[in-house]
Amino acid sequence: MIAYLIRRILYAIPILIGVNLLTFALFFVVNTPDDMARMQLGVKRVTPEAIEKWKLQHGYDKPMMINSAAAGIGKLTDTIFWQKSASMFVLDFGYSDDGRSISREIATRMGPSLAIALPTFLIGLIIYVSFALLMTLFRATALDIAGVALCVLLMSISGLFYIIGGQFLISKLWHLVPISGYDGGLNSFKFVVLPIAIGVIGGIGSSSRWYRTIFLEEIGKDYARTARAKGLSELRVLFTHVLKNAMIPILTGVVVVIPLLFMGSLLTESFFGIPGLGSYTIDAINAQDFSVVRAMVFLGSLLYIVGLILTDISYTMVDPRVRLQ
Amino acid sequence: MSFMPVILWSDALVFLLLAACAAVTWYVRRQEHLLLPWRRVAQSGVAMVSLLVLSLFLLVGGLDTLHYRVALQDKNGGQTVYSPEVLSVFDKLVEPLRLHTEKTYSAPLAVTLYAKESITDAQGRVVREYPRLQYGGAHLSDAAQRNGDVMRRALTGALAGLLVAGVFCVGWARCLPTRGESGGGQFCPPYRSMLVIAALIGMTANLAAVYHVLGTDKVGQDVLYLALKSIRTGLIIGTVTTLVTLPLALFLGVAAGYFRGWVDDVIQYVYTVLSSIPSVLLIAAAVLMMQVTIDTHPDWFDTAASRADLRLVFLCLILGMTSWTGLCRLLRGETLKLREMEYIQAAQSFGVSSLRILSRHIMPNVMHIILIALVMDFSALVLAEAVLSYVGVGVDPSMISFGTMINGARLEMAREPMVWWALAAAFGFMLVLVLAANLFADAVRDAFDPRLNRT
Repeated sequence: MIAYLIRRILYAIPILIGVNLLTFALFFVVNTPDDMARMQLGVKRVTPEAIEKWKLQHGYDKPMMINSAAAGIGKLTDTIFWQKSASMFVLDFGYSDDGRSISREIATRMGPSLAIALPTFLIGLIIYVSFALLMTLFRATALDIAGVALCVLLMSISGLFYIIGGQFLISKLWHLVPISGYDGGLNSFKFVVLPIAIGVIGGIGSSSRWYRTIFLEEIGKDYARTARAKGLSELRVLFTHVLKNAMIPILTGVVVVIPLLFMGSLLTESFFGIPGLGSYTIDAINAQDFSVVRAMVFLGSLLYIVGLILTDISYTMVDPRVRLQ
Repeated sequence: MSFMPVILWSDALVFLLLAACAAVTWYVRRQEHLLLPWRRVAQSGVAMVSLLVLSLFLLVGGLDTLHYRVALQDKNGGQTVYSPEVLSVFDKLVEPLRLHTEKTYSAPLAVTLYAKESITDAQGRVVREYPRLQYGGAHLSDAAQRNGDVMRRALTGALAGLLVAGVFCVGWARCLPTRGESGGGQFCPPYRSMLVIAALIGMTANLAAVYHVLGTDKVGQDVLYLALKSIRTGLIIGTVTTLVTLPLALFLGVAAGYFRGWVDDVIQYVYTVLSSIPSVLLIAAAVLMMQVTIDTHPDWFDTAASRADLRLVFLCLILGMTSWTGLCRLLRGETLKLREMEYIQAAQSFGVSSLRILSRHIMPNVMHIILIALVMDFSALVLAEAVLSYVGVGVDPSMISFGTMINGARLEMAREPMVWWALAAAFGFMLVLVLAANLFADAVRDAFDPRLNRT
């Protein structure tokens, strides 16, 4: 197990290097730092001196990959690639355009992001699985058909509609909770309850339908038929046999997103004014702050790979046949 | 009036896609075994209704793809100068909708503006009144006549629509038996929904001639026109993206599964790297970079439309680059399974070349996966466009799309009194399009999925 984990972590390194090179190519080779400076300073009437000054301020005044002017190891380290891209491996994300430390921003903004994303994830999982189990229990009846039709309808509605509609109905018309904002501690409850509810409702359609497909596939298998032939009730077959066996496909889809919960949701956070990582990313996109976007890309892929490893570990917990070697 | 046809990049790609579809249709029509699943689709009532709705959307989008530029009045003699505005055949067809812009907000079917203004009346006094619209209901002498007029127009429009559709349906029903004899199955055209939709279209068209059926937005543009124009953007995002996804996923997926070894390792590495980046962030990063390129090279584009269009094509490209990995993984898995099949091993032992095995034996057997994945992706892409445009990394802000409509109207709900129609129109049109696409995709999946055993 330990050896397997070490191997998996070592295997993750080339992937992160790939991500790093890709983002480097995207941010510095497709457009040179000169282009970025011109963009930031306004396209027209930019003096070359102003561009040089901007590059010096933001540390883009170095060669790309190899600095032939420097001596020794400095040939590699005194470059944009080393200072802006490779440094992310030690979680040193540098500074945003307004001069703040990106690492510190990430640390303080993770809390609010999690306050929304974690409850949404847990409550959502319980509701989606229960709804899917209900549809499976009443499969091929009017209830099942109505459930599937509802799912298709719900998944055809844009996620933006849930947010805009929910804010309008709950906050503006009924004045139950504030429209947007955030507060620390227990006071945050009234701010997070609506985003969580909307997040859960927005996912019902596609998720429940997906779980239903998994359960239906399992319930047609031989072991389920045997269990029924032994005289077990349908409920027991569903909850003790089918649910356990459906764990592997469910975990495949679910565990991988757990680490990504730290990143928060772009849409929800920006609509509800939650000071989390999602709104941080959106602000950075709108302000065209490339260092922040680059940091978030790297952080996102790092968390995704952590999620993949966690998925493998979770298999061993639910399926004794899986051995990690 | 002379004009110059304009083929934008996205138009060219749409034509390419249409040509590919036509070629596939022509090929499938001759292959009985390929036709069979399509017959199953045709027997599903829900699928046919959604196909009908989808083809109406496609018609609007298609007409909106034929672009041209009108020649301006000849002033300096000799050289003809073309207007910088790129129009489409669809714009020409609904010209009144496009040109009848009011001053600002007006409610659906209204004859007055939505806010009071100071007007000088006949006696020269200044009064606070709702001013009459310039175009909406301008034929009425008195605003009180509106309700009766709306009813009358709706009714005559609906009746006209019903009449046309009725004649069409009867004609079609006459032709159908001859096709049924050649083994057409129990294909039944959705006559009832055809009639309903025709009545709706007739009603809307008759009303739209003199009213703003869905109101006007902040700068007085007709919301119905905006919603109809958004269709093309949504359709292009949903379909042109497949032009990128399909070749990448197909060739890389099949190659990885068939050749295994280092080929497999390299391809797996590439798609793991790409899929490990959260797609919104990757799209955001790529679009930001593209924006820098476009902004630093203003000399590439002769019209504003071509700049917005290039951004749309790039967006499709980027969406395709981020979304091929899922399909590629599926195809790799399926090919891994297929290559162990006896008929493949037989072909290998006969000395058939790898290329021929891939094209002759493997590709036809993964086609159903591709088709299912593509139709399922379509609706997700249409929805994604709205979200991306909201985030600021979608289509060009000057391009009419569901996303830009929603983005422009999202603060209107907080207005007092509330303006709801622009949002409702954007969400409503998007819902109909995506719902039809989802239902059709389900029917296609049911018909093509070999795992569902049929008796």
